[in-house]
Amino acid sequence: MAIYSTNEFKAGLKVMLDNDPCAIIENEFVKPGKGQAFNRVKIRNLKTGRVIERTFKSGESLEGADVVDVEMQYLYNDGQFRHFMVPDTFEQYQCDEKIVGDAGKWLKDQDSCTVTLWNDAPLAISPANFVELTIVETDPGVRGDTSGGGGKPATLDTGAVVRVPLFVQQGEMIKVDTRTGEYVSRVKE
Amino acid sequence: MLQEWQPTCPIELLRLRARTLAKIRQFFADRSVLEVETPLLGNSIGTDPQLAFFTTEYLSPGMVCTPEACQEQAWQSPSRQTLFLQTSPEFAMKRLLAAGSGSIYQIGKAFRNGESGRFHNPEFTMLEWYRVGFTLPQLMDEIAELVGGLFIDLPLQETQRVSYQDVFVSFTGLDPLVFSYQDYCNFARECGLSEAVDICGHDHALWLDFIFSHNVQPHLGKNALCMVYGYPACQSSLARINEQCAQITERVELFVNGVELGNGYHELTDAAEQSSRFDKELAIRQQQKLPVSVKDKRLIAALESGLPECSGMAIGLDRLLMLLSGSASIDDVLSFPIHRA
Repeated sequence: MAIYSTNEFKAGLKVMLDNDPCAIIENEFVKPGKGQAFNRVKIRNLKTGRVIERTFKSGESLEGADVVDVEMQYLYNDGQFRHFMVPDTFEQYQCDEKIVGDAGKWLKDQDSCTVTLWNDAPLAISPANFVELTIVETDPGVRGDTSGGGGKPATLDTGAVVRVPLFVQQGEMIKVDTRTGEYVSRVKE
Repeated sequence: MLQEWQPTCPIELLRLRARTLAKIRQFFADRSVLEVETPLLGNSIGTDPQLAFFTTEYLSPGMVCTPEACQEQAWQSPSRQTLFLQTSPEFAMKRLLAAGSGSIYQIGKAFRNGESGRFHNPEFTMLEWYRVGFTLPQLMDEIAELVGGLFIDLPLQETQRVSYQDVFVSFTGLDPLVFSYQDYCNFARECGLSEAVDICGHDHALWLDFIFSHNVQPHLGKNALCMVYGYPACQSSLARINEQCAQITERVELFVNGVELGNGYHELTDAAEQSSRFDKELAIRQQQKLPVSVKDKRLIAALESGLPECSGMAIGLDRLLMLLSGSASIDDVLSFPIHRA
């Protein structure tokens, strides 16, 4: 794997730090006019999601991490593992709920999502930014109410619960922003 | 269409730069300080191990690059000479001082290789001035007057002057003049900066750079000029040692809102002392396998012939413009930073 020096650290670069794969978020060059140069780096541990700050002496280097994002199709949940497939090659990957994490509540069979692979093993799952899901349970709303204020909870077919406007009914399909977990609109079929 | 032809700096900030330069020139004209220009290309360069320089090839007359001369033979000619892009105009300006110029200032470019970031561009504009007969406190008065005057539209709090030792103690509880490895390590761990232990080891100067950069500098000069003086002796190559205390030097640094704006010295005039400090730095460069620097013999000769008692200051004008305009990045005040140059 390639070696990256502090001057090559930029947002998105994947490196190994303390034996874990990490992504650089921010790299600030700090140098007193008459002194040692440092790089103050904000870095996300891709295993734990934790963000830490770490200072390096300028010119130090880190080993690159073999981390790639691959578009895959979500196939099914067998109760123990979730299964994903690369559409072009039909290659399949499985991962447990610990890795799927919060993304699980947005995954519907056949939908595509991003699987982050580290050394060819799933490290993290990111759902699409917008997903279309069906409401399986919500209180009947007041007819004619079109205001956005208030709203009510609705349970979706993946198990996720989002707040929807009062006029949205059970059985309807809605579009949700997975980054915020917020309702966007109804989907006309 | 390629967007990179455009400047990164709004046109309004070009105007701010022009106004600021005019004010600085007026300030020095009012005080009969002479504006000078010195070469950007020199045959020697500072020895500071912390500064990386650019080198370039000079073809002497007769070796000008005509298509014929650009053949291999010409390029291998012995009259090719390595020149350095200056990291600061300091040495040339001191030679002018030794030649009897009187007080002088210069606004020009300086080049430092490998420095790029939110506060750094490898080519930047520096204001440097020397005041014959000035002590360090007199120089600090003038810095406050000049820079304070440039902030006229953004009124600042009262200017602070504080010794390096006092400010270091007040933010860290550590004495910067006495190196206690254990105390320094404990402090770093408490601050969640345990990597400092590996980075700095038993190198006192490196510890000071690390802790000052992380734990002291960000707090300096909240909406005010903050001048820190009396730097530890291990931190200054061209300042003279304080007469009362050999542990500290006659060096001042200027900070505003946590940003380092400039550095000044009561200048070292002792040629032998200067020469030996250069040798020490050259030895460090060799030990760290850094590019070979060439000691400025002409500066040493000028010091031998006699540099008048003087104090000098250098200010990074791009950073000053960042603060004057509230810009987050040096790119915002440069027409074309290095990635668009």
